[in-house]
Amino acid sequence: MSVGKDSIMDAASWALAIAVFAACVVESVEATTIVMAMGFTRSWRSALIGTGVAVVALAVFTWAAGYALSTWLPEAALQLVIGTLLLIFGLQWLRKAIYRSAGRKPMHDEEKIFREEAQAAREAGGKSPGLDLFAFMVSLKGVFLEGVEVVFIVLTFGLSAGNLPVAVAAAAAAVVVVLVLAVIAHRPLSMIPENSLKFGVGLLLTAFGIFWSIEGLGILRTGRQSLQFPGADLAIVYFLAAAGALSWLLITMFRRATAPLPVNSPPLVDPEGSIR
Amino acid sequence: MRILIAIGRFWYELIIGDDPKIAAAVVLALAVTAALLFLGLPEAIVTVTGGLLVLGFFTAALVIDLRPRRTSR
Repeated sequence: MSVGKDSIMDAASWALAIAVFAACVVESVEATTIVMAMGFTRSWRSALIGTGVAVVALAVFTWAAGYALSTWLPEAALQLVIGTLLLIFGLQWLRKAIYRSAGRKPMHDEEKIFREEAQAAREAGGKSPGLDLFAFMVSLKGVFLEGVEVVFIVLTFGLSAGNLPVAVAAAAAAVVVVLVLAVIAHRPLSMIPENSLKFGVGLLLTAFGIFWSIEGLGILRTGRQSLQFPGADLAIVYFLAAAGALSWLLITMFRRATAPLPVNSPPLVDPEGSIR
Repeated sequence: MRILIAIGRFWYELIIGDDPKIAAAVVLALAVTAALLFLGLPEAIVTVTGGLLVLGFFTAALVIDLRPRRTSR
């Protein structure tokens, strides 16, 4: 697999579409929860204007970053930069998923986050008659921050697989699905299995990230050509399997470590339930 | 200045996140893989070893959290 490869809907493209769709669903659900909390407790108009401004900012950011990455960087350097970013994102998602599955970190709870955001919005004080700045800023910041990670995933997957349209379409489909569900449900989308999705996306990002970042190290050798794994694209599959097996082992190990401790041992999980 | 600090903090939180050990593990694994490449090892060995190093350093980053922490009084 290389940058600029002809776009066809092969197995790699499907994997790309699924990974981007799942990642975008997760981030969209989190952004939707923030906007809903502002809308229900403060002002729907201000929350939606903040969301709109964030979407426009994300579109500009996507265009600028995509243009810069695809224009200025040689192929191997592009693979190294975006592969490294994907790998860091993927391993961060995987780390949280492993800790959650092992019971060392509380599961992501949209209802709880909604309650906390709504409480903060109520305590923020009086609403201004025109644009409610609190709802506007919180919605803008929430949507932009959740969106930037998706933008990176879309850009890195799309550019590396030479199939940006598939990545953009998958991301747009995810946003539409989440928005439709939010309008129908009219409450935080806690029914979406975010933790399982994050686990799957974490594994995919890790496998693709390993593949691209290490191929990109070819920029350091004479000729600056990408390195080649044995089996070429098949390397993504065996590193996906390896990351899955490793995650299972780590979950098993951490579950045992979280078992009842001897008396006078320091707790493994802090009072808030977070990993130390 | 405040804007620059905010931008720096944003990128730090995006890339480093709440566990700097993960980014460190990735950078260390890639650095060791690059060193293997400079040593002239066969490409197949460098690439596969590099992938395994990433998973190995990731495991180490997580296992560090399992160690009992000293409590100060």
